[in-house]
Amino acid sequence: MKENDTGGPHVPRGRGRAVADTEGGAEGRPRADTKGSPKSSAKGSTKGSAEHNAAAYAFLTPWLIGMLVFTIGPMLFSLYLAFTRYDLADPPEWIGLENFRRMFTTDPRFLTSVDVTLTYVLWSVPLLLVVSLALAMVLNRGLRFLSGYRALFYMPSLIGGSVAVAALWRQIFGEEGIVNKALAFVGIDHGSWVGDPASALYTIVVLQVWTFGSAMVIFLAGLRQIPRELYDAAAVDGASAWRRLRSVTLPMLSPLVFFNLLLGVVNAFQAFTGAYVVSNGTGGPADSTLFYTLYLYEQGFAQLNMGYAAAMAWVLVLGLAVFTGLLFLSSRYWVHYGDER
Amino acid sequence: MTATTAARPPRPPHTTRPPRTRRLLFGNRPTRNPLLRAIASHSVMIMALVLMLYPLLWMVGASFRPDNQVFTTLGLWTGDVTTENYTNGWGGGDQLNFSRFFLNSLTLTVLSIVGNLISCSLTAYAFARLEFRFKRTLFALVIGTLLLPYHVTLVPQYILFNQLGWVNTFLPLVVPKIMATDAFFIFLMVQFIRALPTSLDDAARIDGCGHWGIFRRVVVPLSIPALGTTALFTFINTWNDFLGPMLYLTEPDTWTVSQGLASFLDATGQSEYGSLFAMSTLSLVPVVGFFIAAQRLLIEGIATTGLK
Repeated sequence: MKENDTGGPHVPRGRGRAVADTEGGAEGRPRADTKGSPKSSAKGSTKGSAEHNAAAYAFLTPWLIGMLVFTIGPMLFSLYLAFTRYDLADPPEWIGLENFRRMFTTDPRFLTSVDVTLTYVLWSVPLLLVVSLALAMVLNRGLRFLSGYRALFYMPSLIGGSVAVAALWRQIFGEEGIVNKALAFVGIDHGSWVGDPASALYTIVVLQVWTFGSAMVIFLAGLRQIPRELYDAAAVDGASAWRRLRSVTLPMLSPLVFFNLLLGVVNAFQAFTGAYVVSNGTGGPADSTLFYTLYLYEQGFAQLNMGYAAAMAWVLVLGLAVFTGLLFLSSRYWVHYGDER
Repeated sequence: MTATTAARPPRPPHTTRPPRTRRLLFGNRPTRNPLLRAIASHSVMIMALVLMLYPLLWMVGASFRPDNQVFTTLGLWTGDVTTENYTNGWGGGDQLNFSRFFLNSLTLTVLSIVGNLISCSLTAYAFARLEFRFKRTLFALVIGTLLLPYHVTLVPQYILFNQLGWVNTFLPLVVPKIMATDAFFIFLMVQFIRALPTSLDDAARIDGCGHWGIFRRVVVPLSIPALGTTALFTFINTWNDFLGPMLYLTEPDTWTVSQGLASFLDATGQSEYGSLFAMSTLSLVPVVGFFIAAQRLLIEGIATTGLK
C-alpha cells in the first residue's frame, strides 16, 4: 500500500523516457526524446509525445471504458438516485434529503443494521488480528513444516466466503450441530446458536476470525524481516518476552498491523454471504444479523427502494471514509516506518 | 527469539549472555530444552489446526453417511459409507440440477479469468512502463477504487444492466472483468512489472518491437507469476461469489453452484442434509485443489501484496 504513485523511482526507461517518474507525469508532458538515454537513438525512437500518449491510451482503453461505464458513471448516477424515490418502473422522483432523513429518524431497522455491523467489525477485526499475530509468532520460532502449516492455516481464507462454508456454519452452530455435541460433553446445553438473537451474530464473527490465515501470512512475512540484532540487544538488556513483544516486535510490525487492520475493517464492513446464508436471507433472528449490506440488498432488490438503497450506499462510503480516515490519522502515533522517524 | 538460536546447531554458544532471571512464564524451561520447546510449539499448532479444520472434515465425513446418520455423531466416521448423497445431489433434485450449476460456474469462472488476465495486464503495462498525460491522476483513480465499497455501484449497475436486457445472462458478471474493473489485480501487476528489468524492453526495442511487441513478447512472458496469482484469485473470487449471481442470474438454468447450494439450503428438510453436504464438499474441491496445486505461488502473492 505504501507505494509511490507512478513508476519505481529513478529507473531509466529507455526510449526517451529516462526520467524519474516522480517529476514526470504529473503535468503529463512526456519528455522530449532529446533528454533520453543513449538507447533513445535506437530505431523508432523519435516518436512525438502525441504518439506516446496514443500508445499508452490504446493499452488503457478497456480500463478507461470500464472506469467510466462501470465505476464513475454508476457512482454519479447513484449519487443522484440517493436524492430520489425510484422503483425501477417509474422514473426517479426527486425527494431531496428525504431518504437520509428517513434513515436516521423513522427507520429503526437501518439503525439496527448500523449497530449490527459496527458490533461485528469491533469484535471480528481485533480478534482476527490477535489470533493471526499470535500464530504467526509461534510459526516464526523456526518450526519445521512451516510451509505446510502455513498452507493449512491459510485454507479457510479461501473458502470462508463461500456459500458452502456458510451453510456448514449454520449446521455446526445449529440445534444438533457439532458445537452443541461437543459442549454436551462438558454439560453445557445452549440450544441453537444461530437461532438465538443473542449469539447469532457471534457465530458470524467466528466465521470471520476463522479466515485469519491471510492476515497471518502477511504477519509471518513481516516477522521474518525483523533484524535478529534487535532481539539480541533486547536479550542483553534482560528484556522479558513480554517486553520484547511490546518494544521490538510490535513497533517493527506496526505497518503490517495497520495494513491488516485497514483491510480487515474494509472487508468486515462489506460482509454479506455469511450473514445472508446463516440467517436465510432475513438478517434474523430478530434482526440480530441484519448486516448493513444485507439491509441494503433487501431495500434495493427485494423491496425495490432503489433510491433508498443508493442513499444507504453513500452513507456507507462516507462512514467508511471517516473510519479509515481516523485510522490513518491515528497511524501517525503508533505506526513506525523504519528509518523515517 | 533466543530459543531459536539455541535450536540451531551451527551458531556458537552465547556464553556472554547474562542469565535471564527476569523472563516470565514460558521463558525458561523451553529454552533449556529445545526438543521440549519444539514439541510444545508443534502441539499448539496441531491443536489449532484440528480445531480449525475439524468442521470441514466433519462435513466431508457427514457427506458419506446415510441420511439418517448425518447428525448422529461428532466423530468423522460411523462405518456406514454411502455415495448416495453425491448421486442424489448431483442429478436427483427436480429443479436443482447441479451438473448444470457446475457448468455455469465453470463457464463464468473461465470467462472472468480470461477477461481479468487480458484487461488487467494491458492496463498494468501502461501504468508500469509508459509515460502519458494524466498518468498520476489516473493511477490515483486505480488506487481510489481499491478501497471503494462495491455497494456504491451495485444499484446503478443493476439498473444499467437491466436496461441493456442483460439480466439472466453472464454479461453483467463478465463484461466488467473484460473492462479491468478489478483494481486489485491492476495494482498487483503494476507492482510486478515495475520490478522487471527494463534492459529486456530495450533489447526488444532495438530488435524492432513496438509497445505491443514488448508487451506480448517480453512483459507477458516475464509476468507469469503475477498472471498466475491473478488467475487463481479470480478463480476463487468468481467461484465463491454469491451476491453477483444472485442479482443477475434469476433463472434456475443460469444459476451457479453458490446459488444452487443456497436454494438447496432453503428447500431442504432435515432429511436431505447429506446431499447438501455432498454438494458443498464438491463445490469446495476445485478451490482447495487449485490451492494445493499452486499454494506457494499464492502465498508469495499474498505476502507481498496483501491480496485476500
